Order: sequence, then structure tokens, then C-alpha cells
Amino acid sequence: MTTLDQIAAPNRRRRFGSLTLWAGIALVGIHIAVGLLTVVWSPYDPSGMTGGRLEAPSWLHWAGTDRLGRDFLTQIMIGSRIALIVGTGAAAIGAIIGVTLGLLAAFATKLLDDAFAATLDILIAFPTLLIAMLVVAAADTANLGSAIFALGIALSAIVARLTRILTKRVLLLDYITAARTSGTSWLGIVFRHILPNIWPTLSVSFALQFGLAAIAEASLSYLGLGAPPPNASWGRLLQEAQGTVYTAPIGAIAPGIALVSLVIGINLLADGLRDSVDPTRRAR
Amino acid sequence: MSALLDIKQLSLHTENVRLLYGVDLTIAPGERVGLIGESGSGKSLTAMAATGLLPTNIRASGSITLAGRPVIDASEHQLNLLRGSAAAVVFQEPLTALDPLMRIGRQIAEPLRRRAARDGQRLSGTELDAAVLAMMGDVALPDPERIARAYPHEISGGQRQRVAIAMALACKPSLLIADEPTTALDVTTQAEILCLLDRLVRERNMALLFISHDLPVVAGIVDRVVVLRQGEVVEAGPVHQVFAHPQHAYTQSLVAAAHAFDTALGAAP
Ligand SMILES: Nc1ncnc2c1ncn2[C@@H]1O[C@H](COP(=O)(O)OP(=O)(O)OP(=O)(O)O)[C@@H](O)[C@H]1O
Ligand SMILES: [Mg+2]
Repeated sequence: MTTLDQIAAPNRRRRFGSLTLWAGIALVGIHIAVGLLTVVWSPYDPSGMTGGRLEAPSWLHWAGTDRLGRDFLTQIMIGSRIALIVGTGAAAIGAIIGVTLGLLAAFATKLLDDAFAATLDILIAFPTLLIAMLVVAAADTANLGSAIFALGIALSAIVARLTRILTKRVLLLDYITAARTSGTSWLGIVFRHILPNIWPTLSVSFALQFGLAAIAEASLSYLGLGAPPPNASWGRLLQEAQGTVYTAPIGAIAPGIALVSLVIGINLLADGLRDSVDPTRRAR
Repeated sequence: MSALLDIKQLSLHTENVRLLYGVDLTIAPGERVGLIGESGSGKSLTAMAATGLLPTNIRASGSITLAGRPVIDASEHQLNLLRGSAAAVVFQEPLTALDPLMRIGRQIAEPLRRRAARDGQRLSGTELDAAVLAMMGDVALPDPERIARAYPHEISGGQRQRVAIAMALACKPSLLIADEPTTALDVTTQAEILCLLDRLVRERNMALLFISHDLPVVAGIVDRVVVLRQGEVVEAGPVHQVFAHPQHAYTQSLVAAAHAFDTALGAAP
């Protein structure tokens, strides 16, 4: 029995691995499809008063209407687009700044590196949201761009610290020494050996950053620091639903489900991707 | 004739410990030298110092000349020009010496391409592929086409070490430094790899610095040995002379151990 189980195990692991990946692709795919769709089409005009106020879900308005009589499903769908833009933008800015700084720190002299590590630890001690709020406040106009930039900056500290640690670990390995003894330049080592080897871990972290950014953007909007109307961010929808949560609970439930499904989806996707990027983990 | 590698009075120290004291080591072009010593005696550090790859916390004094150029205090750029073409290294642990995420073929292609570029040629596409397969043939890797597409964890330890040797040879170095290249392997594979190294170094007229803690392993393939103990050279000379008349007590114990081993082998049925 045991032997049979052992033989079957790798196979099951692979099925499970691809299941994770496919679930992630499905969830994120739905959000991407919806987000793209809203660029060209939405069920109703997002700012048009197309029904009564706070209508319950019906065939005409699948998720009901908000307190101004606007179609709620339309707003949720536009929220997908905004969450994707913010998540991708912030994660990308965080990745570019963070990876660059992390690599530089790993290669820097001991003194510089220590100073850098201490600075990062202090930055990371502040919640991402707080840093983002400070950056938004400093930018003094709240728009989508400043929210993305603020979150990107806040996330870059986390990415930089991770990159620095991962790079330092790889730098100690024999194959880096081997590459150096055969005359590979520093840039060659970074692009050929270090980045590919830290990529599986980094990519998972980028996905986490994406999720963090989507949640943080919702929080910023909830606090009125995010993108102003007519950008129907899920955070703003939640904030607007706050007063009517007992009479029209769908107003709080629907944006919540949308946000959670996107964040879970991106995490599943990252997990599945890591397994397929790393040949030592890939089931053959 | 000027020496290829000339180490004079090399001392290494960290902030509070001295790791190497006044080591002298000369290798002429085409010469084969063994560096012997127990674990922790400073063999690997000597090799790293020769290619200018000491850990940053270790300071060197004395002089090291590789292919006529000073190594200590040389800039990273100058060292990079020396590395590979003047000296290349094969490491002890064949698994960790290969990039786990890069296919074997690409790992061998990289030094081949770089060496060609240094010689002013461009090597790419099918030409490069052919050179990689030829290189793999030279180190007697079976089924080169399959192994070229494999990742390091998919081939055996002996095959990995052959790959590491191919990567070092692809640099066409004047000096090959082999840092205990067979320690991690079983006895049969060890003998095969030694034969291979011996043949390749002869064929290509390379100098060899062979590092080991095992006197009999070294004796078969080098002309001269240098014995290191606790960071100091205790004995140096032609291999037959050191074997026949060991001067230092430590070398005597090494030779005695080797003889005992031989006798034990001879006595076995
Ligand atoms: N980065 C370092 N910082 C401080 N001490 C070091 C460092 N690297 C090596 N040493 C010390 O230097 C001494 C010599 O090390 P080395 O690696 O040259 O030994 P070795 O002769 O190659 O031994 P082995 O046969 O086990 O490989 C050891 O005592 C070791 O502890
Ligand atoms: Mg060693």
C-alpha cells in the first residue's frame, strides 16, 4: 500500500500544482476580461441614474443600484479595471526600484550595505498604507497616478530587502565564483545567474505586492485619498455602502467579494507559476 | 623562461587571524604542480588568491604575478581579463559549481563564446552549438545532445564534474586550477576524472595546479608538490623526491599513510 501511495504521490502533486495555477488563471482572467470589457462596454452608463435608489438585485440590475440610482454591477466592473491598473502599476514601480536598489546594496561595500539595510528595516516598520498616505499627502492632488506612485514607493522597500537577501545568498554559491573565475563581468553575472535564480521567489513576492497594492488602494479610496470619482474604486464603493449596509447589504458584499477574489487569484497564480518556472520543482 | 604563476611570500590575514604565512609557489608554463595539505591548511585560499577572488574580509600581502601581471590590488577590470584566459578553476563540489537553473549546454556555451570574443571572433548559432558538443565530447560525456538540454540536477555527480571541467577548458586557460575536483566522487569515478584531467592538460599543454589532501591522488599526475600545513609551506620538491625522502614530519606521516594504504590494497585478495 505504502509503495503504491509513494508512486502515486508525485503525480498527485503535479495535478494539484496545475490546479492551483488554473484556479489562479481563471480568477485573474475573469478580472482582466471584465476590466478590458469596461473600456469599450458596460451594462449601463456608470454615472447615469438608470434606476430607483438602492434597488435590490433584479434582472435589470444584477447587483442592484446605489443610493443615486446608478447600476451597481457597472461600478464593480469598473472597479476591476482600477484595481488591476493600480496593482500592476504599483507592483511594477515597486519591482523596478526595489530590485535595482536591492542588487546595488548586495554589491555595495559593507558600510553602505549596513546603512541601507538599517534604512529599509525602518521603512518596512511603517505600514505600507501609512507611507502611501504620506506620499499622497505630499503630492497634494489625489488622482490615480499619485496613488499608484505612492503605493509603488511604499512597496519598493519590501522588494529591495528581499532582493538584497536573496542576492547575497546566491553570491556565496560556487557557481558565481566559478563564473567569476572564468572572467564573467558583474553585469553578466547579474543578468545570467542572479536574476534567473532569484526570480522564482521574487515573482511570488511581486504577486503578493500586487495583492497588497490592490488592498491598499481600496483602503486609500475608502479614506478618500484614492482616485476621485468617477473612478469607481472598490474602496470607495465600500465607503459609500457604509451607511446603508443594513438596508442594502449587497453594496458592501459585492465589492468585498470582488477584491478578495482578485487577491486570492493572483496568489494562486503566483504559486503555480513559481512551480513551473523552477525546473528543480517542476514535475517531469 | 618566466613563470606563469609566481607567488612570493604570500601572507593572508583577517582582522585578527593569520591564515597563510609567507607561501612561495611558482608554476612554469605547462608545468604540473600539486598543492597538498590537510583540511583548513589554506589550499583553497591560495588558489582563490591566485585568481584575485579572496573573500573581502581577507587581506593579502606579498606578491602574486599571473601571466606577467600583478594580482594583488589589481582592479576588477584587469583581473577579469586575466580570469579565464590566464587561469580557470574547477571546484570541489560539482553540484554547487553549476547554475541550477541553466541548461548544461548554455553553461558550456557561455565561456566558449566569451573566449572566442576575446580572440576577436564571433561564435554563435549552430557554430556555437557544434563547439559545445565537441567540448562535451572532449570530456567524454555520454550522449552529449541529451545532456546539453538537461539541468544540473538531472545528471550524475561524475557527469557534473565533467561539465565543470568542460566549462573551465572552454576558457582555454594557460593554467588550470583544480581544487579537490574528485573529493566528492566515488573511487571509480575519481580515477576516471583524474585520467581525463591528466590527458586533457597534456593534450592542451596547460599548466596545472592540482589541490588535494590526498598524496597518492596527486602523485600520479603532477611533477612537483608543495606541502602546506597550517598556512605554511613545510616541504616542496619533485614528487618522486618528496615521496622517497620526505623531510618534514608531517610529510613523512602523509607518505606513511599512503604506503599503508597501498599495502592494504596489495594484501587484499
Ligand atoms: N572568508 C574567510 N574568513 C575567515 N577565515 C577564513 C575564510 N575562508 C577561509 N578561512 C579560514 O582559512 C583557513 C584555510 O581555509 P581553506 O579554505 O583554504 O582550507 P583548505 O585547505 O582548502 O581546506 P579543505 O581541504 O577543507 O578545502 C581555514 O582555517 C578557514 O577557517
Ligand atoms: Mg578547500
